Amino acid sequence: MSSTLLTPPAPAAHASQPAKERTTYLTADYGWKSWLFTVDHKRIAILYLISIMVFFLIGGTFAILMRAELLTPKGDLFEAETYNKLFTMHGVVMIFFFLIPSIPAVLGNFLVPIMIGTKDLAFPKINLLSWYIYVVGGGATLYVAITGGVDTGWTFYAPYSSTYANTNVAAVAIAVFITGFSSILTGLNFIVTIHKMRAPGMTWFRMPLFLWAQYATSLIMMLGTPVLAITVLLLFAERAFHIGVFDPALGGDPVLFQHLFWFYSHPAVYIMILPGMGVVSEIIACFSKKRMFGYHFIAFSSLAIAIFGFVVWGHHMFVSGQSAYAGMVFSFLTMLVAIPSAVKVFNWIATLYKGQVSLETPMLYALGFIGLFTIGGVTGLFLAVMGLDRHVHDTYFVVAHFHYVMVGGMVMAFMGGIHFWWSKMFGRMYPEAMAQFAAVVIFVGFNFTFFPQFILGYMGMPRRYHQYNDEFTVLNVLSSAGATILGSGFLMSICYFIWSFKWGKQAPQNPWGAKGLEWEKAQSPPPTFNFEDGERIVVTEDAYAYTYEESHARTAPEVKK
Amino acid sequence: MWKDFPLYPEQASTIAQPVDLLYFFLIAVSAFFALLISVLIVVFASKYRKDRPNASSAHIEGSTMLEVIWTVIPLGLTMIMFVWGTWLFFQQAHMPADALEFTVTGKQWMWKAQHPTGQREINDLHVPIGKACRMTMTSEDVIHSYYIPAFRTKQDVVPGRYSQLWFEATKLGTFDIYCAEYCGTEHSKMGGKVTVMTQTDYEQWLSGGVANETPVQAGERLFTALRCITCHNATSTARGPSLSGQFGKEVKLLSGATVTIDADYVRESILNPAAKTVEGFQAGLMPTYQGQVKEEDILSLIAYLKTFGATAPAAGSAAK
Amino acid sequence: MSDHAHSTFGLAHHFDDLEQQHETGTLGMWAFLLTEVLFFGGMFGAYAVYRWSYPLDFQAASARLDVDLGGINTIVLIFSSLTMALGVYAAQKGSKNGIIAGLLATMFFGAIFLVVKYFEYKEKWEHHLIPGPNFDFGHQGHAVIGHEQLYFALYFAMTGMHALHMVVGMVIMCWMIKKAHRGDFTPEHYPLVENFGLYWHFVDIVWIFLFPLLYLVGAHSGDHAGITH
Repeated sequence: MSSTLLTPPAPAAHASQPAKERTTYLTADYGWKSWLFTVDHKRIAILYLISIMVFFLIGGTFAILMRAELLTPKGDLFEAETYNKLFTMHGVVMIFFFLIPSIPAVLGNFLVPIMIGTKDLAFPKINLLSWYIYVVGGGATLYVAITGGVDTGWTFYAPYSSTYANTNVAAVAIAVFITGFSSILTGLNFIVTIHKMRAPGMTWFRMPLFLWAQYATSLIMMLGTPVLAITVLLLFAERAFHIGVFDPALGGDPVLFQHLFWFYSHPAVYIMILPGMGVVSEIIACFSKKRMFGYHFIAFSSLAIAIFGFVVWGHHMFVSGQSAYAGMVFSFLTMLVAIPSAVKVFNWIATLYKGQVSLETPMLYALGFIGLFTIGGVTGLFLAVMGLDRHVHDTYFVVAHFHYVMVGGMVMAFMGGIHFWWSKMFGRMYPEAMAQFAAVVIFVGFNFTFFPQFILGYMGMPRRYHQYNDEFTVLNVLSSAGATILGSGFLMSICYFIWSFKWGKQAPQNPWGAKGLEWEKAQSPPPTFNFEDGERIVVTEDAYAYTYEESHARTAPEVKK
Repeated sequence: MWKDFPLYPEQASTIAQPVDLLYFFLIAVSAFFALLISVLIVVFASKYRKDRPNASSAHIEGSTMLEVIWTVIPLGLTMIMFVWGTWLFFQQAHMPADALEFTVTGKQWMWKAQHPTGQREINDLHVPIGKACRMTMTSEDVIHSYYIPAFRTKQDVVPGRYSQLWFEATKLGTFDIYCAEYCGTEHSKMGGKVTVMTQTDYEQWLSGGVANETPVQAGERLFTALRCITCHNATSTARGPSLSGQFGKEVKLLSGATVTIDADYVRESILNPAAKTVEGFQAGLMPTYQGQVKEEDILSLIAYLKTFGATAPAAGSAAK
Repeated sequence: MSDHAHSTFGLAHHFDDLEQQHETGTLGMWAFLLTEVLFFGGMFGAYAVYRWSYPLDFQAASARLDVDLGGINTIVLIFSSLTMALGVYAAQKGSKNGIIAGLLATMFFGAIFLVVKYFEYKEKWEHHLIPGPNFDFGHQGHAVIGHEQLYFALYFAMTGMHALHMVVGMVIMCWMIKKAHRGDFTPEHYPLVENFGLYWHFVDIVWIFLFPLLYLVGAHSGDHAGITH
């Protein structure tokens, strides 16, 4: 959205000023203290970026080790217990320490205040606090990983986790408990910021769709995470004092644990996809140079997903002994939650129609996202249909499905978003040709890794298997080979990002010709308070006004105040 | 060539083909949309590429008509899936009345099965073809899940309660049994083979096994040995409620609530009698049998109690 | 809440005006309380499931609580809410001493509550009612596995979490008294007092739910309450 200024009036005046000659948020202050005690949302975003990349590499290493074990049917590379620890730690690290904070805490932290035209989040110190909480939780998890790991699966099902496991479940429960508060506080901060800090003229329906997605995500973080917190706390108490809440031998109900766990963890699945949808909306509009098709429908579908997401948790438990009628209701509600996702996909595609499409790296990731998310989404229906779920539940079909959503969806969107806003964050361009190549490698590697797992699952290979029957060998080898391609694609990206940080081309303020306050009003990289000193942002146009200027040629100031 | 590279497991039960049919329907829908979306992306991205001559973007805000269309069509399709899938699930959830009664007990890391005639098996299972088999299952430790891909059926096995599953095999041969719910270190080794045999072969196999007492006989023996009979007799001065013909009936409790006497209730009443005492009797009178009976003993007692209802004289003989 | 520290001196750098800053803080507090509702909600959910499953055991276990002490504590907490409200009122009027008096009184009642709670816990400890290996509900010699232990597990989890919230509240009040003494609150600018008031009332309301659910389980069903013993 283009904006008019009260003061100073000339937006172009500072646009071409190179980053070297002015003070940016990166150069405003030096030394480790200036980073560890910063309350600048952009610096906190960078802190998050570094820490989630550490966890991404750790979780990725676990994944590669698992795929190495599964290269052969015999469990010959690791002991069964080691393998069980690998998949558990892979899940815990990737979900709680990479996927959940990935887009909200990095891109959200960096962009939410800039996109609504304000200087910072509502509670800057709480923002920093949430990073510290994350680091403490992450540290505890690493401590567990180093001192023996945990082998319950990331779902911590009782009574295995509460009574039978011999690994350090209590410490991981505490780590997850602590980390939960990090995302509660982030969600709270975003909600309050979006409600109260929008610049004059930035009405709800002028907000970029990324913000709608962040808002919906934050609602889930705020309302779901506390229930997870109390659930793992009860698990901890059960483990430490044997109080019997989830232990059938003492009258407790292990299925209650599953209800409480999924009440959070199913909405949490949407924490791991909604922000990605927001990023994709931004990228699609920018690289089609066109207004978003069906803006309101995309915005409301985010909220619909967040709300419906809270009432579908029972679809994880069709065969757990839950009554068939309860299962029926959950199955029905799950069908409904599929609709807003479908609406989003169709709107994105309609946005391409009669636009000016160019295929820079962010767009490659966004289009890849649409394809992979579609497959991830429709295979979710296979699992939500009760009659089929009885067969595919807890098989590799499930593994393939959620990796299509989590990796094919969220990680693709995260990669797209990082490429898209890299220049804004660091004032440098990444090498375009190499990035396009890496995007294709990642796309191909991803499909090789996870598509065979759909077939494996339907063939009946259960998940979390350290060894498997010979008939599953071919598909597992294919999957492991794909994982190598996928892994090298990610490594390639990390290398050129680090390279570009130092040697990349200086980025202009708006390399993509994009709309939005972060491109039109903030330099690359922005100063500490995001906009020029004393500049009051006033928004006068809808989001994605790409076609407005051409069709109306700035003649009709039909802007609403 | 697909013989060497199958895309779905063997269809060896009555439910397998209907499940596969639903699967193919969903694949068709998914493939259609995945293709549609891919084609649209490729077509739009090339036809409306930025470097085409005279490129400009059309000003389009959206179309309510289109939104309605792509809301209603997916909704319709998912509703078809929902009804079809739920119907199939309810068929599997509804236990046939005349089934062979098997019991399965899961423990780390083995499956213990017992045939209606008393033979026991570990991990493996032998069943006759063309006959409905019903498994009543529980676990001695953590949650497991009994899974036979060739039969397209699976059910979690939860400690402290009974879950049920049934199938009718339609194909002779051996098929895999897995544990599908992660249950600890040797989870991936917890499984065996189910062998489907003709009725004659099955009977021959049974006669070759060690002739145990049937679950009903074992239950009757336990009923006496554990002195259940002392209180649960049909006399008017009995200190416990009569069990004759009660299985499956509703009964009023001291708390005023009603409960159906089913396997779970019987199990709870054996292990924790004070939890739900029947109206008219004193709570806390019956001692717990926790630690004195194994899961398999309780299953036998339940099998015996069920015969109480079927044949009225059985109660009389128990109360003599 | 530490975030309000700098805002009490006036306008923080990223707000346009004090009004926006106030509204933001208040909304933040309401949002925080919403997460708290969900946090306690998980335990209320577990409570509902088990009370539904084992009503008699819950009645029997509840009969072991001291309704009088619980009742006294309820009244004490209601008084503390009143003094808290008076403190906020004093802040509105700009009375520094009023704020301090209100907070001190609130802390006083909070302390009484916690002392009473301590004696209640101690009594449970002495009677082996702490869930765990030493739990013993005294089932007349029968080794009955009662579900009373579940009740006490939830009792300690819920009242313990509630007490923890009170302790945190009292620590914050100490700090607020210091600030009030220094004159940080003005009639136009006292968001910390106001938002803390919301928090304290929330903690009270949680107790208003806990008291009947935990202490008065058997009250409506008269004679049945004593059937086990």
